[in-house]
Amino acid sequence: MRHDLAALVVAAQAGDRAAFDDLVRATYIDSYTLAYRLTGDEDDARDVVQEAYLRAYRGLKRFRGDAQFSTWMYRITANCATTFLGKRTKNRHDELTDDLVGDEVAATVDPEASLDAAATRDRLQQALRRLPPRLRAVVVLRDVYDLPHESIAAELGITTSAAKVRLHRARRKLRADLVSMRVVEDDTDEGMADARAV
Amino acid sequence: MPVRCEEIASVLGDAAAGAVPFDAATRLHIEHCLRCQAEIVQYRRVLRGLRAMRTQVLEPSPALLPGILASISEASERRALRELLDGRRAAYVGGLAAATAAGVGGAIVLASRSKRAHRLAG
Repeated sequence: MRHDLAALVVAAQAGDRAAFDDLVRATYIDSYTLAYRLTGDEDDARDVVQEAYLRAYRGLKRFRGDAQFSTWMYRITANCATTFLGKRTKNRHDELTDDLVGDEVAATVDPEASLDAAATRDRLQQALRRLPPRLRAVVVLRDVYDLPHESIAAELGITTSAAKVRLHRARRKLRADLVSMRVVEDDTDEGMADARAV
Repeated sequence: MPVRCEEIASVLGDAAAGAVPFDAATRLHIEHCLRCQAEIVQYRRVLRGLRAMRTQVLEPSPALLPGILASISEASERRALRELLDGRRAAYVGGLAAATAAGVGGAIVLASRSKRAHRLAG
């Protein structure tokens, strides 16, 4: 399988189907991870990713290459997830605030990570799942995937200032959730010096 | 005028992310406020945890990749079929237009010949 994404994009844009398949192979796990984080459900994430690659295939000629292909896929995936969650809310009339997921999806864990970091990560993932989808989308795209506010706003169909407000609310909820789980308190003393150095 | 915790609560998260520099009054407040210092530390821990997720990947079901590739194959076939049909339709419409033009031309020629024949006979 070829791994030079830029070359694969050029070939796929010229009509090389095998090149597009290689692009899918090279990026689908990352796209799935994002979709799962946004939807909080394995089946939903699968549907979102499938739709995202279909849109990417149809719109590949419009990809100008001014961003990385993987970043472009993140944006399409986020857009598909937003559409998907919007439809689901409409159809089921639920708030989707507690999309609890099973344990069947295994996270690839850094073996070097400390037990403490692993505990924080697990609780953070739980806290993320408890966030309302519209807050979760913003904080995941900004703080996990480092997308700029403007791109997030564009993909979610909201203004930049609304995206910033949602980000602030999401961070505040996550912090409060972790504090309530007594995860961050033990780290407070050692971090005081950091805070003073701001 | 001294700054109160509630007034700066909304910027602590951004400050922890490094997005907003504190002004002098806010900085002075934080230096003496254990509550705000604790909040900043907690936000930093949340942000560290979120950034660490960037390198983690979730393993999808083995059926996902074949499913994506199959749906793209279907879309590709549909596109090829549509292009073929569009091509044929264009050829059909072009042929029809040419046949119509030829028919009209022939009719005009026949009409002008019969007119000339009438004139000669008269």
